[in-house]
Amino acid sequence: MTDPVTDPVIHLEGVAKTFTLHNQGSAVIPVMEGAELSVHAGECVGLIGASGAGKSTLMRMIWGNYLAAAGTILVAGTDVAKAEPREILALRRGRLGYVSQFLRVVPRVPTLDVVAEPLLVLGVPEAEARARAADLLARLRIPERLWSLSPTTFSGGEQQRVNIARGFAHTCPALLLDEPTASLDAANRETVLGLIEEAKARGAAIIGIFHDEAARSRVCDRVVNVSDFTPKAA
Amino acid sequence: MTPLLQVRGIEKRYGARIGCTGVSFDLYPGEVMGIVGESGSGKSTLLSCLAGHLAPDQGQVIFDTRAKGPVDTVTMAEPERRMLARTDWAFVHQNPRDGLRMGVSAGGNVGERLMAVGARNYGQIRSSAEDWLGRVEIAADRIDDRPAAFSGGMQQRLQIARNLVTGPRLVFMDEPTGGLDVSVQARLLDLLRGLVRRLGLSAVIVTHDLAVVRLLADRLMVMKGGLVVETGLTDQVLDDPQHAYTQLLVSSVLQV
Repeated sequence: MTDPVTDPVIHLEGVAKTFTLHNQGSAVIPVMEGAELSVHAGECVGLIGASGAGKSTLMRMIWGNYLAAAGTILVAGTDVAKAEPREILALRRGRLGYVSQFLRVVPRVPTLDVVAEPLLVLGVPEAEARARAADLLARLRIPERLWSLSPTTFSGGEQQRVNIARGFAHTCPALLLDEPTASLDAANRETVLGLIEEAKARGAAIIGIFHDEAARSRVCDRVVNVSDFTPKAA
Repeated sequence: MTPLLQVRGIEKRYGARIGCTGVSFDLYPGEVMGIVGESGSGKSTLLSCLAGHLAPDQGQVIFDTRAKGPVDTVTMAEPERRMLARTDWAFVHQNPRDGLRMGVSAGGNVGERLMAVGARNYGQIRSSAEDWLGRVEIAADRIDDRPAAFSGGMQQRLQIARNLVTGPRLVFMDEPTGGLDVSVQARLLDLLRGLVRRLGLSAVIVTHDLAVVRLLADRLMVMKGGLVVETGLTDQVLDDPQHAYTQLLVSSVLQV
């Protein structure tokens, strides 16, 4: 039996990852083994570890764009490590959000629509979705005159804020944040930290990568060092 | 949920040469599947077999019809299959000239497909045609122009309008953005994404452009030498490719 109150929203057990480079002499590189992690509703866990230790790799396995070599990755009731593509798509539509470091959008689509899209996909009426998108863009200080333009021409920091607005548009029970405060000025950093605190307050389970230590200690309830999951040399 | 399309063991040979072989997959309502691979990998042969333009030598293409539920369209009677092609299926060709009647007006091109399924009221046909031209962003005052007077991007949008006017549930697309310049491609991608979302369409898109599938397709199938070498979620196949050929394909592209 699963209990929504006490069971973790995100639960990883025995997760391993290897890369096989077929075009480089079929080198097999084990990068992670025995990864364990549990995140409950309303909790934010920070991933730490040196560059290259596998923070983003672990996050991508949870999102499902990296294949796990072993283990279970339960996210809001779906085992991402074994699920069919359409089950992962359903998970991403309604239950799992991801703010990556890169904004990937169809060129020419207005910023307001980019941010509203996750809601439109869920069938939220257009007016309501746009109102929510406008509210987030305003909070993140994207000037209204830019909302009708495609974000592909925006500065790095603006693109990142559009990406954050998009990630927070729908209130997902599980959320992955990859460096959400990097390259933001103090005011916007404060807004993003506020959004994270609000998401926690409504019960979201969050996994984040923060190089900004002050931000990490403010929003994260605990940290997990992914270096602990680095395979021991044989 | 019943898959909209169940493909089982499709094989097509050209004499001794393999066009495609052993292809099986399920496509669910609302899903968009991309098929990628280099020229000669069998992706267009496969698409033709799925859409009934080529008879496969082996295998089944089971479509969930409105009237009778799942039916194998390979063994279906020709008139029945043609009816499907005019109603529930649509096929967007790479070259709009293959999908349009160049001697007929834009409005006529859209209206013709409606007439093929029994529409007879001229006023209604014209207003549907106007509505669809608007949705694909072709100005209403161009309705009486022939496609020959349209740019390549407009022709492609007209072909999409002609295909979607009968409310199909499954759209086959063969390099829909091929041959268009980048800004026109973007506009078409935006249009296709919006239509897929609003109409709940399922689609099978053949392309060699990984950036196009990244933005349009939920799932990906990679073909080489007539075989499917890898399948999966689009971003998983592109970000963490497992097969040697897919790794080569992904690493050969500038920025996807």
